[in-house]
Amino acid sequence: MMIKSRRSFLKVAGIAAIGMGAAPVMNLAASESQGSALPKMEKNEEALHAKRWGMLIDTSKLTEDVVEAIKDACHNSHNVPDFTIEPDAEKYSGTRPVREGQEIKWIWDEHFHNAFPDKEDEFLAERFHDLPFLVTCNHCKNPPCVQACPTQATFKREDGIVIMDYHRCIGCRFCMAACPYGSRNFNFRDPRPFIEETDPDFPTRTKGVVEKCNLCAERLAKGEQPHCVEASEGAIVVGDLEDPESEIRHLLAEHYTIRRKQSLGTEPSVYYIV
Amino acid sequence: MLEIAIQGSKKYWLWIGLLLAVMGVGAIAYVDQFLNGLQITGMSRDVSWGFYIANFTFLVGVAAGGVMVVIPFYLHDYERFHRITILGEFLAVACLIMCLLFIIVDLGQPTRMLNVLLYPTPHSMLFYDMIVLNGYLFLNIVVGWKVLEAERNQIEPVWWTKPLVYISIPFAIGIHTVTAYLYCGLPGRGFWLTAILAPRFLASAFAAGPAFLIILCYIIKKFTKFDPGWEAMQTLAKIVCYAIIANLFFFACEVFVVYYSGIPGHLSHMKYLLFGLHGHNMMVPWMWSALILMGLGAIFLLIPKLRNNHVLLPVTCAMIFFGAWIDKALGMIAGGFVPSPLHHVNEYAPTLQEGIIALGVYGAGFFVLTILYKLATTVKEEVRG
Repeated sequence: MMIKSRRSFLKVAGIAAIGMGAAPVMNLAASESQGSALPKMEKNEEALHAKRWGMLIDTSKLTEDVVEAIKDACHNSHNVPDFTIEPDAEKYSGTRPVREGQEIKWIWDEHFHNAFPDKEDEFLAERFHDLPFLVTCNHCKNPPCVQACPTQATFKREDGIVIMDYHRCIGCRFCMAACPYGSRNFNFRDPRPFIEETDPDFPTRTKGVVEKCNLCAERLAKGEQPHCVEASEGAIVVGDLEDPESEIRHLLAEHYTIRRKQSLGTEPSVYYIV
Repeated sequence: MLEIAIQGSKKYWLWIGLLLAVMGVGAIAYVDQFLNGLQITGMSRDVSWGFYIANFTFLVGVAAGGVMVVIPFYLHDYERFHRITILGEFLAVACLIMCLLFIIVDLGQPTRMLNVLLYPTPHSMLFYDMIVLNGYLFLNIVVGWKVLEAERNQIEPVWWTKPLVYISIPFAIGIHTVTAYLYCGLPGRGFWLTAILAPRFLASAFAAGPAFLIILCYIIKKFTKFDPGWEAMQTLAKIVCYAIIANLFFFACEVFVVYYSGIPGHLSHMKYLLFGLHGHNMMVPWMWSALILMGLGAIFLLIPKLRNNHVLLPVTCAMIFFGAWIDKALGMIAGGFVPSPLHHVNEYAPTLQEGIIALGVYGAGFFVLTILYKLATTVKEEVRG
């Protein structure tokens, strides 16, 4: 037994030694003809940067049509499944019916008293009753979801964006319990049959992981504004909260704004002009 | 020692076969969930934890309850618990195995579960839960096994089991405290955001654990030649009595605070559980049943004549156990998630398949428990006989 295992160890060690010996030779061969074998990392000069990204929503500029356009722009480009569509029967045979309440949404509209439950008021100004209030991830300065995540699959970037690694998420849903804004979604099923047209610029997700708004980090990196901003007809502004000269800071200085559940101390980065 | 488990009566094998069948059916149901995702459950965007985490929470309590026999015996030399200490430790082992299984079946990506070790994250309470649950499981297996083995060989247990026993006591308190911290540290959930949650968890644990142990003592007495001792069971009953009263008292404190302060974010959850909210009242009969079961149970245990009644005691214990299960498993989840952070009322009920998977986990737990108890009782019969 002992001898056998020693022999097999030597065998493996021998093969490993050959491998180690071969590596420099291979690298040399590669560098001779093709330049460095290592990928080169370059910064995109056009990328948008901020010390802390924030969002400002002017609720007076939001009509139902604009809200629909914003939701579609976000969800279509991020491959968010739409469970109201019939999946392609040939490609996805035997798809089970969708259970109510297991939907996925990154940005959506709520009534005022749902978006701001602590500001519920029986004498609320009448025009607020039917106004659509857009809600999404608040990219909190003190995000409870990041604190709760046991694998750092959800984390806060240096620029304040709270973002996810869909490949690390174990699907424990602790972050969903932790989020005071209901901004998180769980893939109760494979979302792909319910994506009408897959956008190749953004990854689709798998079943069993959580997802949410990423403030279009992939677009900011290319120097583009988030989809919701582009579709909003001026109702949404995204910018640097820490830069006193930014557009968002000028707007914040000019208008009275509110944030969702401020008393919890999570410091949301999404502001509302009401 | 394990060879004892493969020698048994016809009844023993029948029971083992039944448990294997239950586990098998549960496993089939789980394979379907594994392939198709948690869509097969009744959980939703608003109620993102359900029956699995509910049972996990409750069973952590039953496991911690085992310490109620360890403390009197090891810290106070209470001789009457000598015979049943091993039962408490082995009950903890079985419960912890169920806890871990419930966590695994709840994961959306179970194949990635070792990411918790690969990327240890000390600011997440789940990190500490993993440490204390596995630590307590390890301690109970080692201590239980070593002490039983020594008893079989009629020698003193090896010296290092003693320090392990002492370490296991704070671990028992720890598993349930950390499990409560999973809930009570979340800013947006008014129902859980209360400092009394951990004490309340412990109180209901120290009721449910020993109550179940008493029932198990009855079963052991009926099916084996080993007698756990009526006095020991009586002492356990007193522990259950005080613990369930503490649990009810803590609940009353909670009700007072939310109703007297009237803060909507805290009050609405309690209203939903006790009286229903906006016409949604699925939990109301359950919660009142729990309160009645626990309340009546406490009264039956307080009155010596009723507590000493051989026929009534197991019934009382079952009432308390079931009441605590509703209170802590169903109530804790439903109360926490309904209404949602956006004050929508979406109720939750487990699906049949979810129930079958849970049953499979219970089957696995009882399988482990049966084998461990078979070892314990057989060794004790041998030594006495």
